[in-house]
Amino acid sequence: MSTSRRTLGLYGGIAIASLVAPFVFDSYISQLTVLWVMVLFAITWDAMGGQMGYNSLGNIFFFGAGMYISAVVQIGLHYDVAEYTAAYGAIKVDFTPAQYHVGLVLGTIVAALGSVALAVALSWVVFGLRGPYFAIGTLGVALAAGELVGAWEYVGAGSGISLPVFPGEPEVGERFFYFAFFIAAVLSFFFFRWLYGTRFGLAINAIRDDEEKAEAMGIRTMRYKTITWSLSAFFLGICGSLFGNYNIFIEPLEVAFATVVFGIPMVVMALLGGKGTLWGPVIGAVLYHVIKEATWKYFLGWQWVALGLLIVVTVVFFQQGIMGWAQDKWPELFGIEVEEDSAEGDREAA
Amino acid sequence: MAAMIEVRNVSKAFGGVQANRSISLDVAKGKITGLIGPNGSGKTTLFNSIVGYHPIDEGSIKFEGKEISKLRVPQIARLGMLRTFQQTRIYGKMNCIKNMLISVPHRSMGLIEIFGDHSAQELEKAEHLLEFVGLYAKRKLQAGDLSFGQQKLLEFAMALMNQPQILLLDEPTAGINPTLINGLIDRLKRANTEFGITLFVIEHNMRVIMNLAENIYCLAHSELLAEGSPETIQKDKRVIDAYLGAH
Repeated sequence: MSTSRRTLGLYGGIAIASLVAPFVFDSYISQLTVLWVMVLFAITWDAMGGQMGYNSLGNIFFFGAGMYISAVVQIGLHYDVAEYTAAYGAIKVDFTPAQYHVGLVLGTIVAALGSVALAVALSWVVFGLRGPYFAIGTLGVALAAGELVGAWEYVGAGSGISLPVFPGEPEVGERFFYFAFFIAAVLSFFFFRWLYGTRFGLAINAIRDDEEKAEAMGIRTMRYKTITWSLSAFFLGICGSLFGNYNIFIEPLEVAFATVVFGIPMVVMALLGGKGTLWGPVIGAVLYHVIKEATWKYFLGWQWVALGLLIVVTVVFFQQGIMGWAQDKWPELFGIEVEEDSAEGDREAA
Repeated sequence: MAAMIEVRNVSKAFGGVQANRSISLDVAKGKITGLIGPNGSGKTTLFNSIVGYHPIDEGSIKFEGKEISKLRVPQIARLGMLRTFQQTRIYGKMNCIKNMLISVPHRSMGLIEIFGDHSAQELEKAEHLLEFVGLYAKRKLQAGDLSFGQQKLLEFAMALMNQPQILLLDEPTAGINPTLINGLIDRLKRANTEFGITLFVIEHNMRVIMNLAENIYCLAHSELLAEGSPETIQKDKRVIDAYLGAH
């Protein structure tokens, strides 16, 4: 009872802080908005890397794919996409507020489903790979996607696409996107929390611990792997669609398929917080984002060195992450038992 | 007696090494069959061929009359044929109960069921089987923290949880404390009689296999050397020579 009340208090506290933050820390709203993007990144990465043991370095692919799919849908509803992206100012662009909102919602839905379709199609290729080969293979997918989109004139190639601007006051727009990312992150957190409590969660944990054994026990491993990747892609597609609209301008290498800025940090955040745990990715994302913003502010010019150092220290000295370390230190707090059940020890069959 | 597994003229080579040469044998339904032979005689290769771990070069393998030599491991497992591993494989980061709960049969598990939770009967069965192998008190411990022998017992319990028709056990007593071996023999026999599971057992411990199996096959130099009851096998001069190194 007391644990569930404590959990409720924790969730309530986070909810209140999150609702109040954009109004109280008005000048930090863009950092707070990106914080939720980071949380979403870490949670969706952990489903693959932490819970299923498939360290994807290419999850950013679905973020970028969602962003472009949504942009094409939003523009395509009212204009010819090729003409729109041909040259800035070539056609006069004017979205009414209704067109904007309908386009955003529709674009986000298609982006989520499109990312799932891409995940299913790609799973036939990448899940033939295991361990480090899977990591490099997925990294290749993300890098190749960035280069291919960068050469694709229809979507503006390397010069990207300028998306319609939020209709209304800029502050309202900023809050709108803050809450959009907040809701997306919260939904993904509760979705995966539920998922890890089902048979599905057990199955992907079994794949992580020993995939060959799981196969020998008749578990349909390919099905579980494809679904997990698709779920990751679903939330990343939503996130990408929203981020494109938040950023107004999208472009293949630095925004959509941004491996260095977003793709690699997905892994770092999950490792830092503790992969394979519920709260680890969330804590890791917050910590990483705070460190990143601080280094940008105080060590400008050295920011990537500082972040590189953080990656090295995490990977070499602190692999289990914060939650992993806490679980080792206070296992009973996490419902992990290390002592055998002596009271019922006599039930042991002779 | 009807044969549950029929192996006919199965050959398997790894590069230039002929691991199994034209082996034929039957595993009788409802019985315990043994497979013995010196190290390197091809016992584990034969097990791997039967469960679909690798394709065979020649021959046929039938399970309940159905040709399975072209099927892969998970498909064969879902038909009801399971194997345990010589090196013991469990899910180390999960506790024993979870190891058991994910070992339920996956034959008929649909898309909806995989997103459901385990049933009360499944939990009860998991606890019952852990008690059966003597791990009930350790049910909430991480499987990876158990000793080798305990992991072996857990793997056996997981196999029973899967309700197979036949279980292929690769050296079930290797690494188990000698004083616990009698208990394990007893449990293997009970799995056979009470749960009706056919057993096909590789074993190096002669005392164990003579005590356990009703019919024994002996491999040597990749070929089938002898077949018979424990008494006949024990007296067979070829078997004795194979073990003592005479040719």
